[in-house]
Amino acid sequence: MAPLEHAVSCQNVTVRFVTEERAVTALEDVSFTVPAGGFLTLLGPSGCGKSTLLRVVADLITPSSGTVEVLGKTAEQARLDRSLGFVFQDAALLPWRTALENVALPLEVGGGLKPDSRFTSPRDLLALVGLSGWEQSYPHQLSGGMRQRVAIARALLGGPRLLLMDEPFGALDEMTRDRLNEELRRIWAETGTSILFVTHSVYEAAYLGEQVLVLSPNPGRVVQQVTVDLPRERSLALRDTPHFVEIAAALRAMLGKVTP
Amino acid sequence: MSQSVNPSASSALSGLSADEMAFAQARQKARLRRRIMPVLGVASVLLLWAALVYWLKVPPFIAPSPQMVAVTLWEKSGLLWTNLVPTMIESVAGFLLGNLAAIVIATVFVHKKTLEEAFFPVVVVINTIPVVAKAPILVLLLGNGMEPKIAIAALICFFPTLVNMVRGLESVNPQAMELMRVLSASKREVFFKLRLPHSLPYLFSALKIAASTAVIGAIVGEWIGSTLGIGALIIQATYAFDSALLYATVIVGSCFSMSFFLLISLLERLALRQTALPNS
Ligand SMILES: Nc1ncnc2c1ncn2[C@@H]1O[C@H](COP(=O)(O)OP(=O)(O)O)[C@@H](O)[C@H]1O
Ligand SMILES: [Mg+2]
Repeated sequence: MAPLEHAVSCQNVTVRFVTEERAVTALEDVSFTVPAGGFLTLLGPSGCGKSTLLRVVADLITPSSGTVEVLGKTAEQARLDRSLGFVFQDAALLPWRTALENVALPLEVGGGLKPDSRFTSPRDLLALVGLSGWEQSYPHQLSGGMRQRVAIARALLGGPRLLLMDEPFGALDEMTRDRLNEELRRIWAETGTSILFVTHSVYEAAYLGEQVLVLSPNPGRVVQQVTVDLPRERSLALRDTPHFVEIAAALRAMLGKVTP
Repeated sequence: MSQSVNPSASSALSGLSADEMAFAQARQKARLRRRIMPVLGVASVLLLWAALVYWLKVPPFIAPSPQMVAVTLWEKSGLLWTNLVPTMIESVAGFLLGNLAAIVIATVFVHKKTLEEAFFPVVVVINTIPVVAKAPILVLLLGNGMEPKIAIAALICFFPTLVNMVRGLESVNPQAMELMRVLSASKREVFFKLRLPHSLPYLFSALKIAASTAVIGAIVGEWIGSTLGIGALIIQATYAFDSALLYATVIVGSCFSMSFFLLISLLERLALRQTALPNS
Protein backbone atom coordinates (compact mmCIF):
# COMPACT_ATOMS: atom_id res chain seq x y z
CA MET A 1 0.00 0.00 0.00
CA ALA A 2 1.34 3.43 -0.91
CA PRO A 3 2.21 5.45 2.18
CA LEU A 4 -0.61 7.81 3.01
CA GLU A 5 0.15 11.43 3.70
CA HIS A 6 -3.09 12.47 5.33
CA ALA A 7 -5.51 10.44 7.40
CA VAL A 8 -8.06 13.21 6.94
CA SER A 9 -8.09 16.13 4.58
CA CYS A 10 -10.97 18.61 4.62
CA GLN A 11 -11.02 21.46 2.12
CA ASN A 12 -13.42 24.42 2.41
CA VAL A 13 -16.06 22.43 4.21
CA THR A 14 -19.30 24.30 4.90
CA VAL A 15 -22.26 22.75 6.68
CA ARG A 16 -25.65 24.44 6.84
CA PHE A 17 -28.56 23.03 8.80
CA VAL A 18 -32.00 24.11 7.70
CA THR A 19 -34.69 23.37 10.27
CA GLU A 20 -38.29 24.50 10.41
CA GLU A 21 -37.47 27.48 12.59
CA ARG A 22 -34.13 28.65 11.28
CA ALA A 23 -31.09 28.03 9.15
CA VAL A 24 -27.78 27.56 10.96
CA THR A 25 -24.34 27.65 9.45
CA ALA A 26 -22.56 25.20 11.72
CA LEU A 27 -19.26 25.23 9.81
CA GLU A 28 -17.94 27.73 7.32
CA ASP A 29 -15.02 27.18 4.99
CA VAL A 30 -13.18 24.79 7.28
CA SER A 31 -9.94 23.33 5.97
CA PHE A 32 -7.52 21.14 7.89
CA THR A 33 -5.58 17.92 7.68
CA VAL A 34 -4.72 15.12 10.06
CA PRO A 35 -1.35 13.57 9.16
CA ALA A 36 -1.34 9.78 8.84
CA GLY A 37 -0.70 8.30 12.26
CA GLY A 38 -1.28 11.71 13.83
CA PHE A 39 -3.28 12.85 16.80
CA LEU A 40 -5.29 16.02 16.20
CA THR A 41 -7.50 17.53 18.86
CA LEU A 42 -10.40 19.80 17.90
CA LEU A 43 -10.77 22.57 20.47
CA GLY A 44 -13.57 25.10 20.67
CA PRO A 45 -16.43 26.33 22.82
CA SER A 46 -19.61 24.34 22.68
CA GLY A 47 -21.79 25.04 19.67
CA CYS A 48 -18.85 25.84 17.39
CA GLY A 49 -19.46 22.78 15.22
CA LYS A 50 -16.92 20.28 16.57
CA SER A 51 -19.37 17.39 16.61
CA THR A 52 -20.63 18.40 13.20
CA LEU A 53 -17.11 18.34 11.80
CA LEU A 54 -16.48 14.88 13.26
CA ARG A 55 -19.74 13.63 11.76
CA VAL A 56 -18.77 15.00 8.37
CA VAL A 57 -15.55 12.97 8.52
CA ALA A 58 -17.52 9.89 9.62
CA ASP A 59 -19.97 10.32 6.72
CA LEU A 60 -22.86 10.83 9.12
CA ILE A 61 -23.45 14.31 7.67
CA THR A 62 -22.91 15.36 4.07
CA PRO A 63 -21.35 18.83 3.88
CA SER A 64 -23.23 21.54 1.99
CA SER A 65 -20.00 22.26 0.12
CA GLY A 66 -16.33 21.41 0.23
CA THR A 67 -14.42 18.17 -0.11
CA VAL A 68 -13.58 15.55 2.48
CA GLU A 69 -10.96 12.90 1.97
CA VAL A 70 -10.54 10.16 4.56
CA LEU A 71 -7.59 7.78 4.26
CA GLY A 72 -7.25 8.69 0.60
CA LYS A 73 -10.89 7.83 -0.15
CA THR A 74 -14.25 9.52 0.08
CA ALA A 75 -15.69 9.59 3.58
CA GLU A 76 -18.41 7.18 2.44
CA GLN A 77 -15.92 4.68 1.06
CA ALA A 78 -13.85 4.91 4.24
CA ARG A 79 -16.97 4.15 6.27
CA LEU A 80 -17.96 1.24 4.04
CA ASP A 81 -14.40 -0.13 4.27
CA ARG A 82 -14.69 -0.13 8.05
CA SER A 83 -11.67 2.17 8.30
CA LEU A 84 -13.31 4.32 10.98
CA GLY A 85 -13.94 3.90 14.67
CA PHE A 86 -16.25 6.33 16.47
CA VAL A 87 -16.43 6.95 20.20
CA PHE A 88 -19.45 8.91 21.38
CA GLN A 89 -19.82 11.21 24.35
CA ASP A 90 -22.21 8.91 26.23
CA ALA A 91 -20.46 5.64 25.30
CA ALA A 92 -23.64 4.42 23.53
CA LEU A 93 -23.28 0.87 24.84
CA LEU A 94 -26.20 -1.50 24.40
CA PRO A 95 -27.47 -2.15 27.95
CA TRP A 96 -28.63 -5.71 27.24
CA ARG A 97 -25.16 -6.81 26.15
CA THR A 98 -22.16 -7.61 28.33
CA ALA A 99 -18.96 -5.62 27.95
CA LEU A 100 -17.57 -8.38 25.74
CA GLU A 101 -20.71 -8.58 23.62
CA ASN A 102 -20.70 -4.82 23.19
CA VAL A 103 -17.12 -4.88 21.93
CA ALA A 104 -18.08 -7.72 19.57
CA LEU A 105 -20.98 -5.80 17.98
CA PRO A 106 -18.94 -4.76 14.90
CA LEU A 107 -18.44 -8.45 14.12
CA GLU A 108 -22.18 -8.99 13.84
CA VAL A 109 -23.36 -6.12 11.67
CA GLY A 110 -22.51 -4.54 8.35
CA GLY A 111 -20.91 -7.71 7.01
CA GLY A 112 -18.47 -8.09 9.90
CA LEU A 113 -14.77 -7.36 9.66
CA LYS A 114 -12.74 -7.12 6.49
CA PRO A 115 -10.52 -10.16 5.93
CA ASP A 116 -7.20 -8.40 6.56
CA SER A 117 -8.31 -6.72 9.79
CA ARG A 118 -6.09 -6.27 12.82
CA PHE A 119 -7.48 -6.43 16.38
CA THR A 120 -10.08 -9.10 15.76
CA SER A 121 -10.37 -10.35 19.34
CA PRO A 122 -12.84 -8.51 21.60
CA ARG A 123 -11.21 -10.11 24.64
CA ASP A 124 -7.76 -8.79 23.74
CA LEU A 125 -9.17 -5.32 23.16
CA LEU A 126 -10.82 -5.29 26.57
CA ALA A 127 -7.42 -6.19 27.97
CA LEU A 128 -5.84 -3.35 25.97
CA VAL A 129 -8.18 -0.84 27.60
CA GLY A 130 -7.54 -2.36 31.03
CA LEU A 131 -10.80 -4.26 31.49
CA SER A 132 -9.64 -7.86 31.77
CA GLY A 133 -11.99 -9.63 34.16
CA TRP A 134 -14.95 -7.39 33.34
CA GLU A 135 -15.96 -9.21 30.16
CA GLN A 136 -19.25 -10.52 31.55
CA SER A 137 -20.35 -7.28 33.24
CA TYR A 138 -23.30 -5.33 31.94
CA PRO A 139 -22.98 -1.59 31.28
CA HIS A 140 -25.07 -0.67 34.33
CA GLN A 141 -22.57 -2.54 36.48
CA LEU A 142 -19.66 -0.44 35.16
CA SER A 143 -18.55 3.06 36.10
CA GLY A 144 -18.68 5.88 33.57
CA GLY A 145 -14.96 5.59 32.93
CA MET A 146 -15.21 1.84 32.39
CA ARG A 147 -18.08 2.29 29.98
CA GLN A 148 -15.96 4.66 27.91
CA ARG A 149 -13.15 2.12 27.93
CA VAL A 150 -15.58 -0.46 26.54
CA ALA A 151 -16.64 2.04 23.88
CA ILE A 152 -13.01 2.63 22.94
CA ALA A 153 -12.39 -1.12 22.70
CA ARG A 154 -15.44 -1.47 20.47
CA ALA A 155 -14.24 1.37 18.23
CA LEU A 156 -10.83 -0.29 17.93
CA LEU A 157 -12.23 -3.68 16.86
CA GLY A 158 -11.00 -4.48 13.39
CA GLY A 159 -8.11 -2.04 13.76
CA PRO A 160 -9.57 1.08 12.14
CA ARG A 161 -6.95 3.41 10.74
CA LEU A 162 -8.79 6.46 12.02
CA LEU A 163 -10.41 6.89 15.39
CA LEU A 164 -12.97 9.70 15.80
CA MET A 165 -13.76 10.69 19.37
CA ASP A 166 -16.46 13.20 20.34
CA GLU A 167 -15.75 14.49 23.86
CA PRO A 168 -15.53 10.91 25.12
CA PHE A 169 -14.33 11.93 28.57
CA GLY A 170 -16.47 15.06 28.89
CA ALA A 171 -18.88 13.56 31.42
CA LEU A 172 -16.23 11.94 33.63
CA ASP A 173 -14.71 13.18 36.86
CA GLU A 174 -11.31 14.81 36.59
CA MET A 175 -9.25 11.96 38.00
CA THR A 176 -10.82 9.38 35.73
CA ARG A 177 -10.44 11.73 32.81
CA ASP A 178 -6.72 12.24 33.57
CA ARG A 179 -6.11 8.53 33.72
CA LEU A 180 -7.95 7.89 30.49
CA ASN A 181 -6.04 10.71 28.81
CA GLU A 182 -2.79 9.02 29.75
CA GLU A 183 -4.05 5.67 28.53
CA LEU A 184 -5.34 7.08 25.29
CA ARG A 185 -1.83 8.34 24.49
CA ARG A 186 -0.56 4.84 25.20
CA ILE A 187 -3.25 3.23 23.05
CA TRP A 188 -2.49 5.66 20.26
CA ALA A 189 1.22 4.78 20.42
CA GLU A 190 0.52 1.04 20.60
CA THR A 191 -2.01 0.87 17.80
CA GLY A 192 -0.64 3.44 15.39
CA THR A 193 -4.19 4.60 14.67
CA SER A 194 -4.70 8.21 13.61
CA ILE A 195 -6.96 10.02 16.06
CA LEU A 196 -9.25 13.01 15.69
CA PHE A 197 -10.39 14.00 19.15
CA VAL A 198 -12.98 16.63 20.07
CA THR A 199 -12.77 18.45 23.38
CA HIS A 200 -13.62 21.77 24.95
CA SER A 201 -10.86 21.43 27.54
CA VAL A 202 -7.66 23.34 26.81
CA TYR A 203 -5.62 20.93 28.92
CA GLU A 204 -7.00 17.86 27.28
CA ALA A 205 -6.42 19.34 23.84
CA ALA A 206 -2.79 20.22 24.60
CA TYR A 207 -1.98 17.05 26.50
CA LEU A 208 -3.42 14.63 23.96
CA GLY A 209 -2.81 16.26 20.62
CA GLU A 210 0.26 16.36 18.44
CA GLN A 211 -1.66 19.21 16.91
CA VAL A 212 -4.63 21.27 18.03
CA LEU A 213 -7.21 22.72 15.65
CA VAL A 214 -8.79 25.74 17.34
CA LEU A 215 -12.31 26.59 16.18
CA SER A 216 -14.42 29.69 16.72
CA PRO A 217 -18.21 29.73 16.94
CA ASN A 218 -21.05 31.36 14.98
CA PRO A 219 -20.33 30.13 12.41
CA GLY A 220 -17.67 27.48 13.10
CA ARG A 221 -14.39 28.59 11.55
CA VAL A 222 -10.79 27.55 11.93
CA VAL A 223 -8.80 29.98 14.06
CA GLN A 224 -5.51 28.19 13.76
CA GLN A 225 -3.96 24.74 13.56
CA VAL A 226 -1.26 24.65 16.23
CA THR A 227 1.51 22.07 16.52
CA VAL A 228 2.02 21.08 20.13
CA ASP A 229 5.70 20.89 20.75
CA LEU A 230 5.81 18.34 23.55
CA PRO A 231 7.68 15.01 23.70
CA ARG A 232 5.98 11.94 22.30
CA GLU A 233 6.20 10.19 25.66
CA ARG A 234 3.87 12.15 27.92
CA SER A 235 3.03 11.59 31.55
CA LEU A 236 0.48 13.56 33.51
CA ALA A 237 3.28 15.32 35.40
CA LEU A 238 4.10 17.04 32.13
CA ARG A 239 1.09 19.24 32.67
CA ASP A 240 2.79 20.97 35.58
CA THR A 241 5.84 21.98 33.56
CA PRO A 242 6.16 25.68 32.60
CA HIS A 243 6.32 24.70 28.95
CA PHE A 244 2.95 22.93 29.09
CA VAL A 245 1.40 25.81 31.00
CA GLU A 246 2.65 28.17 28.30
CA ILE A 247 1.11 26.09 25.54
CA ALA A 248 -2.21 25.90 27.39
CA ALA A 249 -2.14 29.65 27.96
CA ALA A 250 -1.52 30.26 24.27
CA LEU A 251 -4.47 28.04 23.34
CA ARG A 252 -6.67 29.76 25.87
CA ALA A 253 -5.68 33.13 24.46
CA MET A 254 -6.72 31.97 20.99
CA LEU A 255 -10.08 30.89 22.37
CA GLY A 256 -10.38 34.08 24.39
CA LYS A 257 -10.14 36.17 21.26
CA VAL A 258 -13.07 34.38 19.70
CA THR A 259 -15.38 33.94 22.69
CA PRO A 260 -16.73 37.17 24.13
CA MET B 1 -16.83 -20.38 52.75
CA SER B 2 -13.12 -20.87 52.23
CA GLN B 3 -10.72 -20.55 55.10
CA SER B 4 -8.25 -17.72 54.72
CA VAL B 5 -4.58 -18.10 55.65
CA ASN B 6 -3.99 -14.45 56.34
CA PRO B 7 -5.09 -13.85 59.95
CA SER B 8 -6.07 -10.23 59.48
CA ALA B 9 -8.05 -11.09 56.39
CA SER B 10 -9.82 -13.94 58.16
CA SER B 11 -10.81 -11.77 61.09
CA ALA B 12 -12.11 -9.20 58.66
CA LEU B 13 -13.96 -12.00 56.95
CA SER B 14 -15.55 -13.32 60.15
CA GLY B 15 -16.49 -9.78 61.18
CA LEU B 16 -18.16 -9.35 57.84
CA SER B 17 -19.95 -12.69 58.07
CA ALA B 18 -21.38 -11.83 61.49
CA ASP B 19 -22.74 -8.66 59.97
CA GLU B 20 -23.96 -10.62 57.03
CA MET B 21 -25.66 -13.13 59.28
CA ALA B 22 -27.54 -10.39 61.08
CA PHE B 23 -28.45 -8.90 57.74
CA ALA B 24 -29.66 -12.26 56.42
CA GLN B 25 -31.74 -12.81 59.54
CA ALA B 26 -33.29 -9.38 59.29
CA ARG B 27 -34.03 -10.02 55.67
CA GLN B 28 -35.66 -13.35 56.36
CA LYS B 29 -37.81 -11.76 59.03
CA ALA B 30 -38.82 -9.02 56.62
CA ARG B 31 -39.64 -11.60 53.99
CA LEU B 32 -41.76 -13.62 56.40
CA ARG B 33 -43.57 -10.45 57.40
CA ARG B 34 -44.21 -9.63 53.79
CA ARG B 35 -45.77 -13.07 53.32
CA ILE B 36 -47.82 -13.12 56.49
CA MET B 37 -49.20 -9.61 56.49
CA PRO B 38 -51.28 -9.92 53.30
CA VAL B 39 -52.67 -13.27 54.51
CA LEU B 40 -53.73 -11.64 57.78
CA GLY B 41 -55.23 -8.75 55.81
CA VAL B 42 -57.31 -11.02 53.59
CA ALA B 43 -58.42 -13.11 56.56
CA SER B 44 -59.60 -10.09 58.53
CA VAL B 45 -61.54 -8.73 55.54
CA LEU B 46 -63.26 -12.12 55.13
CA LEU B 47 -64.06 -12.17 58.83
CA LEU B 48 -65.50 -8.66 58.71
CA TRP B 49 -67.58 -9.62 55.68
CA ALA B 50 -68.92 -12.73 57.40
CA ALA B 51 -69.67 -10.74 60.56
CA LEU B 52 -71.50 -7.97 58.69
CA VAL B 53 -73.65 -10.42 56.73
CA TYR B 54 -74.48 -12.25 59.94
CA TRP B 55 -75.28 -9.29 62.19
CA LEU B 56 -77.06 -7.17 59.64
CA LYS B 57 -78.99 -10.25 58.43
CA VAL B 58 -78.24 -9.44 54.79
CA PRO B 59 -80.54 -11.62 52.66
CA PRO B 60 -78.64 -14.01 50.32
CA PHE B 61 -80.09 -12.40 47.15
CA ILE B 62 -78.26 -9.16 48.02
CA ALA B 63 -74.93 -10.45 49.29
CA PRO B 64 -73.79 -13.93 50.29
CA SER B 65 -71.65 -14.83 53.26
CA PRO B 66 -68.09 -15.94 52.51
CA GLN B 67 -68.99 -19.47 53.61
CA MET B 68 -71.76 -19.58 51.01
CA VAL B 69 -69.36 -18.44 48.32
CA ALA B 70 -66.85 -21.08 49.36
CA VAL B 71 -69.51 -23.78 49.24
CA THR B 72 -70.68 -22.58 45.82
CA LEU B 73 -67.10 -22.58 44.53
CA TRP B 74 -66.87 -26.21 45.59
CA GLU B 75 -70.32 -27.47 44.62
CA LYS B 76 -70.61 -25.65 41.31
CA SER B 77 -66.97 -26.10 40.31
CA GLY B 78 -68.11 -28.06 37.24
CA LEU B 79 -70.35 -25.22 36.05
CA LEU B 80 -67.69 -22.61 36.80
CA TRP B 81 -65.06 -24.57 34.92
CA THR B 82 -67.31 -25.10 31.88
CA ASN B 83 -67.81 -21.35 31.76
CA LEU B 84 -64.18 -20.46 32.43
CA VAL B 85 -62.84 -22.48 29.48
CA PRO B 86 -64.42 -20.39 26.71
CA THR B 87 -63.38 -17.18 28.46
CA MET B 88 -59.84 -18.48 28.71
CA ILE B 89 -59.74 -19.45 25.04
CA GLU B 90 -61.19 -16.12 23.95
CA SER B 91 -58.87 -13.98 26.02
CA VAL B 92 -55.69 -15.93 25.29
CA ALA B 93 -56.45 -16.13 21.56
CA GLY B 94 -57.36 -12.44 21.54
CA PHE B 95 -54.20 -11.60 23.46
CA LEU B 96 -52.00 -13.45 20.99
CA LEU B 97 -53.72 -12.09 17.89
CA GLY B 98 -53.95 -8.49 19.09
CA ASN B 99 -50.39 -8.26 20.30
CA LEU B 100 -48.94 -10.00 17.28
CA ALA B 101 -50.78 -7.58 14.99
CA ALA B 102 -49.59 -4.65 17.10
CA ILE B 103 -45.96 -5.76 16.94
CA VAL B 104 -46.10 -6.27 13.19
CA ILE B 105 -47.78 -2.91 12.55
CA ALA B 106 -45.36 -1.11 14.88
CA THR B 107 -42.53 -2.59 12.83
CA VAL B 108 -44.15 -1.35 9.63
CA PHE B 109 -44.68 2.14 11.12
CA VAL B 110 -41.05 2.40 12.11
CA HIS B 111 -39.92 1.61 8.58
CA LYS B 112 -42.63 3.56 6.71
CA LYS B 113 -42.77 7.01 8.23
CA THR B 114 -45.63 8.23 6.04
CA LEU B 115 -47.92 5.46 7.24
CA GLU B 116 -47.03 6.27 10.82
CA GLU B 117 -47.70 9.98 10.32
CA ALA B 118 -51.12 9.22 8.85
CA PHE B 119 -52.35 6.53 11.22
CA PHE B 120 -50.50 6.81 14.50
CA PRO B 121 -52.58 9.79 15.72
CA VAL B 122 -55.75 7.80 15.00
CA VAL B 123 -54.39 4.93 17.06
CA VAL B 124 -53.51 7.23 19.95
CA VAL B 125 -57.06 8.66 19.97
CA ILE B 126 -58.74 5.24 19.83
CA ASN B 127 -56.45 4.14 22.64
CA THR B 128 -57.98 6.74 24.95
CA ILE B 129 -61.50 5.19 24.68
CA PRO B 130 -62.11 3.02 27.77
CA VAL B 131 -62.43 -0.74 27.31
CA VAL B 132 -66.01 -0.93 28.59
CA ALA B 133 -67.02 1.67 26.04
CA LYS B 134 -65.26 -0.06 23.16
CA ALA B 135 -66.59 -3.55 23.84
CA PRO B 136 -70.34 -2.96 23.24
CA ILE B 137 -69.53 -1.17 19.98
CA LEU B 138 -67.61 -4.23 18.86
CA VAL B 139 -70.34 -6.64 19.95
CA LEU B 140 -72.83 -4.73 17.83
CA LEU B 141 -70.41 -4.89 14.93
CA LEU B 142 -69.43 -8.54 15.31
CA GLY B 143 -72.46 -10.35 16.74
CA ASN B 144 -72.56 -13.65 18.69
CA GLY B 145 -70.22 -16.64 18.90
CA MET B 146 -66.69 -17.06 20.15
CA GLU B 147 -64.94 -15.26 17.28
CA PRO B 148 -66.33 -11.82 18.07
CA LYS B 149 -65.14 -12.17 21.67
CA ILE B 150 -61.69 -13.07 20.43
CA ALA B 151 -61.82 -10.06 18.16
CA ILE B 152 -62.83 -7.81 21.05
CA ALA B 153 -60.05 -9.10 23.28
CA ALA B 154 -57.60 -8.72 20.37
CA LEU B 155 -58.66 -5.17 19.55
CA ILE B 156 -58.47 -4.18 23.17
CA CYS B 157 -54.90 -5.49 23.46
CA PHE B 158 -53.91 -4.08 20.14
CA PHE B 159 -53.91 -0.35 20.79
CA PRO B 160 -51.86 -0.08 23.99
CA THR B 161 -49.30 -2.52 22.65
CA LEU B 162 -49.04 -0.69 19.35
CA VAL B 163 -48.51 2.65 21.08
CA ASN B 164 -45.88 1.24 23.44
CA MET B 165 -44.13 -0.79 20.79
CA VAL B 166 -43.79 2.20 18.45
CA ARG B 167 -42.38 4.26 21.32
CA GLY B 168 -40.01 1.44 22.25
CA LEU B 169 -38.77 0.91 18.71
CA GLU B 170 -38.25 4.62 18.11
CA SER B 171 -36.76 5.80 21.38
CA VAL B 172 -33.36 4.24 20.74
CA ASN B 173 -30.30 6.25 21.66
CA PRO B 174 -29.50 8.46 18.63
CA GLN B 175 -25.79 7.87 19.18
CA ALA B 176 -26.39 4.12 19.01
CA MET B 177 -28.14 4.74 15.68
CA GLU B 178 -25.10 6.68 14.47
CA LEU B 179 -22.87 3.85 15.65
CA MET B 180 -24.89 1.44 13.51
CA ARG B 181 -24.38 3.71 10.53
CA VAL B 182 -20.64 3.98 11.13
CA LEU B 183 -20.64 0.18 11.11
CA SER B 184 -22.67 0.20 7.86
CA ALA B 185 -25.39 -1.92 9.49
CA SER B 186 -28.39 -2.79 7.31
CA LYS B 187 -31.93 -1.77 8.27
CA ARG B 188 -32.59 -5.34 9.26
CA GLU B 189 -29.57 -5.42 11.55
CA VAL B 190 -30.54 -2.10 13.11
CA PHE B 191 -33.97 -3.58 13.79
CA PHE B 192 -32.86 -6.86 15.30
CA LYS B 193 -29.71 -5.74 17.07
CA LEU B 194 -30.86 -2.36 18.32
CA ARG B 195 -34.54 -1.46 18.04
CA LEU B 196 -36.12 -4.77 19.00
CA PRO B 197 -34.05 -5.46 22.13
CA HIS B 198 -34.48 -1.84 23.15
CA SER B 199 -38.26 -2.12 22.78
CA LEU B 200 -38.66 -5.25 24.92
CA PRO B 201 -39.21 -3.47 28.26
CA TYR B 202 -41.82 -1.26 26.55
CA LEU B 203 -43.43 -4.31 24.97
CA PHE B 204 -43.65 -6.20 28.24
CA SER B 205 -45.19 -3.34 30.15
CA ALA B 206 -47.86 -3.26 27.43
CA LEU B 207 -48.28 -7.04 27.52
CA LYS B 208 -48.90 -6.94 31.24
CA ILE B 209 -51.69 -4.41 30.71
CA ALA B 210 -53.00 -6.50 27.81
CA ALA B 211 -53.13 -9.66 29.95
CA SER B 212 -55.77 -8.04 32.15
CA THR B 213 -57.62 -6.14 29.47
CA ALA B 214 -57.89 -9.19 27.20
CA VAL B 215 -59.86 -10.96 29.96
CA ILE B 216 -62.01 -7.88 30.52
CA GLY B 217 -62.64 -7.69 26.79
CA ALA B 218 -63.76 -11.32 26.60
CA ILE B 219 -66.02 -10.96 29.67
CA VAL B 220 -67.62 -7.74 28.51
CA GLY B 221 -68.19 -9.37 25.12
CA GLU B 222 -69.94 -12.27 26.83
CA TRP B 223 -72.19 -9.92 28.82
CA ILE B 224 -73.83 -8.72 25.71
CA GLY B 225 -74.31 -11.73 23.52
CA SER B 226 -73.48 -15.15 24.90
CA THR B 227 -74.85 -18.12 26.86
CA LEU B 228 -71.47 -19.49 27.90
CA GLY B 229 -68.45 -17.93 29.57
CA ILE B 230 -67.62 -16.06 32.75
CA GLY B 231 -69.36 -12.93 31.43
CA ALA B 232 -72.55 -14.85 30.59
CA LEU B 233 -72.54 -16.57 33.97
CA ILE B 234 -72.18 -13.21 35.71
CA ILE B 235 -75.30 -11.96 33.92
CA GLN B 236 -77.27 -15.16 34.58
CA ALA B 237 -76.37 -15.20 38.27
CA THR B 238 -77.31 -11.54 38.63
CA TYR B 239 -80.74 -11.99 37.03
CA ALA B 240 -81.34 -15.11 39.15
CA PHE B 241 -80.42 -13.18 42.32
CA ASP B 242 -77.93 -15.96 42.99
CA SER B 243 -75.41 -13.75 44.71
CA ALA B 244 -73.24 -16.64 45.88
CA LEU B 245 -72.80 -17.84 42.29
CA LEU B 246 -72.15 -14.27 41.14
CA TYR B 247 -69.36 -13.82 43.68
CA ALA B 248 -67.91 -17.23 42.92
CA THR B 249 -67.86 -16.42 39.20
CA VAL B 250 -66.17 -13.10 39.79
CA ILE B 251 -63.55 -14.81 41.94
CA VAL B 252 -62.86 -17.44 39.28
CA GLY B 253 -62.57 -14.73 36.61
CA SER B 254 -60.20 -12.68 38.74
CA CYS B 255 -58.03 -15.69 39.55
CA PHE B 256 -57.66 -16.43 35.86
CA SER B 257 -56.87 -12.80 35.05
CA MET B 258 -54.30 -12.68 37.85
CA SER B 259 -52.62 -15.91 36.75
CA PHE B 260 -52.41 -14.60 33.21
CA PHE B 261 -50.79 -11.41 34.46
CA LEU B 262 -48.33 -13.36 36.61
CA LEU B 263 -47.40 -15.57 33.68
CA ILE B 264 -46.55 -12.53 31.57
CA SER B 265 -44.58 -11.01 34.47
CA LEU B 266 -42.63 -14.24 34.72
CA LEU B 267 -41.88 -14.19 30.99
CA GLU B 268 -40.79 -10.58 31.35
CA ARG B 269 -38.35 -11.50 34.09
CA LEU B 270 -36.92 -14.28 31.97
CA ALA B 271 -36.60 -12.10 28.89
CA LEU B 272 -35.18 -9.03 30.62
CA ARG B 273 -33.16 -10.85 33.24
CA GLN B 274 -29.92 -9.20 32.26
CA THR B 275 -31.07 -5.74 31.42
CA ALA B 276 -31.33 -2.75 33.65
CA LEU B 277 -34.98 -1.96 33.00
CA PRO B 278 -35.11 1.58 31.66
CA ASN B 279 -38.84 2.17 32.00
CA SER B 280 -40.36 0.12 34.71
N1 LIG C 1 -28.89 18.07 13.13
C1 LIG C 1 -28.86 19.39 13.34
N2 LIG C 1 -29.89 20.17 12.93
C2 LIG C 1 -29.85 21.50 13.13
N3 LIG C 1 -28.86 22.16 13.73
C3 LIG C 1 -27.81 21.46 14.17
C4 LIG C 1 -27.76 20.03 14.00
N4 LIG C 1 -26.60 19.59 14.54
C5 LIG C 1 -25.97 20.68 15.02
N5 LIG C 1 -26.68 21.80 14.80
C6 LIG C 1 -26.28 23.16 15.14
O1 LIG C 1 -24.97 23.36 14.66
C7 LIG C 1 -24.18 24.07 15.60
C8 LIG C 1 -22.96 23.28 15.94
O2 LIG C 1 -23.34 22.13 16.67
P1 LIG C 1 -22.30 21.04 17.17
O3 LIG C 1 -21.53 20.54 16.01
O4 LIG C 1 -23.05 20.04 17.96
O5 LIG C 1 -21.34 21.88 18.14
P2 LIG C 1 -20.33 21.38 19.25
O6 LIG C 1 -20.14 19.92 19.09
O7 LIG C 1 -19.07 22.16 18.98
O8 LIG C 1 -20.89 21.76 20.56
C9 LIG C 1 -25.08 24.37 16.78
O9 LIG C 1 -25.57 25.69 16.65
C10 LIG C 1 -26.20 23.36 16.64
O10 LIG C 1 -27.40 23.91 17.14
MG1 LIG D 1 -20.57 18.38 20.51
